[in-house]
Amino acid sequence: MKKTSQMKKYIYAFVAIACLSFGQSCKKDSEFLDKQPTSTLPIDAVWKDPNLVLTVVGDLYDRYPDFQRIESWWLFADFDEGFASAGGDYFRHQNLEYGYDAWRYWDMGVYGYIRDLNMFIKRGQESTALKPADRDRFMAEARFIRAGVYFEMVKRMGGVPLITVPLDYDYSGDPSYLQYPRAKEAEIYDFVIAELEAVKTILPDDATVKSRATKAAALAMEARAALYAGSIAKYSNSQLSLPGGEVGISSNLANGYFTKALNAAKQIIDGGKYSLYQKNPNLSDNFAALFTDKGSNPEVIFVKDFKLKTNKVHGFTIDNQPRSSAEEAQGGRLNPSLNLVQSFEKLDNTYASLASVDAGGNPVYYTNITDIFAGRDARLAGTVILPGTQFKGKTVDIWAGYQLANGTIITGDNFGQTKDKVLPDNPASVQVVGKDGPVDGLEFSAQSGFYVRKYLDPATGSGQIGTRSDVWWIRYRYAEVLLNAAEAAFELGDFGAAAGYIKPVRDRAGLTTALTPAEITFDRIVHERKVEFAFEGQQLWDMKRWRLADKVWNGSNMSAADFINATNIGSATRTSTQVFGIWPYKYYNPGNANHLKYVFKVIKPSRVTAAHRFRIGNYYSSIGQDVLNGNPKIIRNPNQ
Amino acid sequence: MKNRFYFIIGAIIAVLFSACKKDNYDAPQADFTGRIVYKGEPIGVQYGQVNFELWQSGFGNYSALNVNVNQEGSFSAKLFDGNYKLVFSVNQGPFLWKKNAAGKQDTLAVNISGSKTMDIEVTPYYMIRGATLTAASGKVNGFCKLEKIITDANAKNVESVSLYINKTQFVDGGNNFGGAAVQTLSGAAIADLNNLNLSVTIPAITPAQNYVFARIGVKIAGVDDMIFTPVAKITY
Repeated sequence: MKKTSQMKKYIYAFVAIACLSFGQSCKKDSEFLDKQPTSTLPIDAVWKDPNLVLTVVGDLYDRYPDFQRIESWWLFADFDEGFASAGGDYFRHQNLEYGYDAWRYWDMGVYGYIRDLNMFIKRGQESTALKPADRDRFMAEARFIRAGVYFEMVKRMGGVPLITVPLDYDYSGDPSYLQYPRAKEAEIYDFVIAELEAVKTILPDDATVKSRATKAAALAMEARAALYAGSIAKYSNSQLSLPGGEVGISSNLANGYFTKALNAAKQIIDGGKYSLYQKNPNLSDNFAALFTDKGSNPEVIFVKDFKLKTNKVHGFTIDNQPRSSAEEAQGGRLNPSLNLVQSFEKLDNTYASLASVDAGGNPVYYTNITDIFAGRDARLAGTVILPGTQFKGKTVDIWAGYQLANGTIITGDNFGQTKDKVLPDNPASVQVVGKDGPVDGLEFSAQSGFYVRKYLDPATGSGQIGTRSDVWWIRYRYAEVLLNAAEAAFELGDFGAAAGYIKPVRDRAGLTTALTPAEITFDRIVHERKVEFAFEGQQLWDMKRWRLADKVWNGSNMSAADFINATNIGSATRTSTQVFGIWPYKYYNPGNANHLKYVFKVIKPSRVTAAHRFRIGNYYSSIGQDVLNGNPKIIRNPNQ
Repeated sequence: MKNRFYFIIGAIIAVLFSACKKDNYDAPQADFTGRIVYKGEPIGVQYGQVNFELWQSGFGNYSALNVNVNQEGSFSAKLFDGNYKLVFSVNQGPFLWKKNAAGKQDTLAVNISGSKTMDIEVTPYYMIRGATLTAASGKVNGFCKLEKIITDANAKNVESVSLYINKTQFVDGGNNFGGAAVQTLSGAAIADLNNLNLSVTIPAITPAQNYVFARIGVKIAGVDDMIFTPVAKITY
């Protein structure tokens, strides 16, 4: 009996399956395959509704390339702007040289992105359902992004194949018609400049639009691209050129590019819609707020934006908040280097090392820990959290220990460690090191003596993993437009105009003694960009286009002597191959006039073991062997 | 229960023994060794900075084998027997490599069947001649002359000449007591290429040792790689 019922069950099941599958196969084949997908929208349906097209554009914006950015703090440690105070990132200071494939931006993903952009532009041209104004803006945005991608490629790779229409394979067995040779480097720059010129009048001229392309964003990118092309032309040498022009730009084109850069920058300046951020009378706080204030910020031109309570948030503040007041048990990873800190000039426009010792080599005693940094460019305290200054209303605790009268150092090996009976004639238990360090080799402590402040979000909760930060990443801002104009004018020989463009940027930093036209030199231009744009992802590209990278990162070791009473701080070719720091100590000598004053020592973090070396072959990243194998028309970059 | 236990043992044996199959290929056997020379004299370079490429066609994915040149200009590589093409990429090393009619780097055919020793002839921009390195009263003193080998349109100037010392046998711009033991003469300051004198104070060494390693390197303007004298061990 039991067996039969089981048998029956099987039969029912079989019949059910048979019915279902026969029923299915009764449909026509074509119907079976012609189903509308439920998870994606067909192309022609998208191009009927501007909101749907916007989602596609949103994806295109999302893939816009950046190299150094707030989502990856560690890349700022690769070029000695900062020290990576995190266990897994010490290697950044232990590599002798940069790989030839570093910063490569040429692979299937990049050309896949360009294909998507080209497809989008083609479909936009074919679409008829949208209002012309909407459609034109979308297409202009795609062309803006495409120009940005080609600009990114050319600054990393030199000339690349210039593909402006979607290419399709015809399955004939012969792909050679898809193999495009590299365009000249100048041709890519020309393409970028021409595209931006063409779209600038279509894009909205609206300073409140920050995360989408605007007229000013197009002009700002055009100015930067033209300036890069101009300086490559001007500072090029025979080492960095290929006979076909894929790499290298003829020097007689330099002035043409500088003129274009100046004109593009002038259009933004004369437009009058943007201005430097000057909301806060405290110049340092003002400079820090420029990067975090997202409410009607007049300086910001084009950003990658983030939003709380979505998945578009980032952890820059979690990673880099001061350890002592951190909202999680971490932070303090990126420590600005002494190399950068001492570059901020004094208020009388002169350069000087931080005075840890006087001219005779004797230590200088400071009553307050911040005194050593007094009288400098306000951007210093806006970019860097100095010992004794505040973040989120809490003072950071950065000091490395006690120095006794006989020179002995009393210190600890953990945050804010206390020790008993270590100080002479003092049996009490005392704290022997700051709650933020510095402790050599202790991750999250301020191993260079500093924490980074730029882009650190002052909002409550920004340092919590559950909340994170929505501070935006600024790709173009008005100060860069001014400095681009200044550099272009300088290169064209108009020093008076250059001094005029550079003045407001320096005024905002508290450097109110204006530079005279005669004082505007190449070194000044290089210096101004270094301090204004620290941790903004400009440094590598600037050093590359000026052909200074192999001189600044020349692979030679540095010593503390390079940071004590240095005389070449303002020199564009000053080497910066290793991160150094400066540590405050409390001087302990009861009865002495200097008791409990601060002394400073220049140190090299022990994790810094190698000197960075930028080889001539690094100026243009190597092209992958898979790319070379796939297209015999591609020629290799020089010197690799 | 017992059945399952045997099954597990059987499964383990099956898994382990499946790994005992022999490899398809023997490991490469042939040693390819030699030096980078100019008229028989080896050319010293920085460790790990100069390499040449060996290309072998016919095996699918086409890519180079990079062979590093050691400090004293020697190299060695373990290779499979076969026909290779040897080439230095452009501006690799402190020397020039032969070019073909089209102006590209020319390749050198290398046939490997069994071990092979071969010196590779190149044309350096400069040769360091008559170098002496001696210790005296806590210093290492170096003397050398520079002979300009390439004097045609490809000629280049000397950017700087440096004397490096280090406590291990690796001596160059990145290995010199952490930047403390270098003297550099800039090219502009050199009056006579036949009379170069350099001197470096020997720093305190912990643990103590009574010898250092020294050598002189020449940086040529616009060339990444420096040319060096052989490393000298100097006892003091």
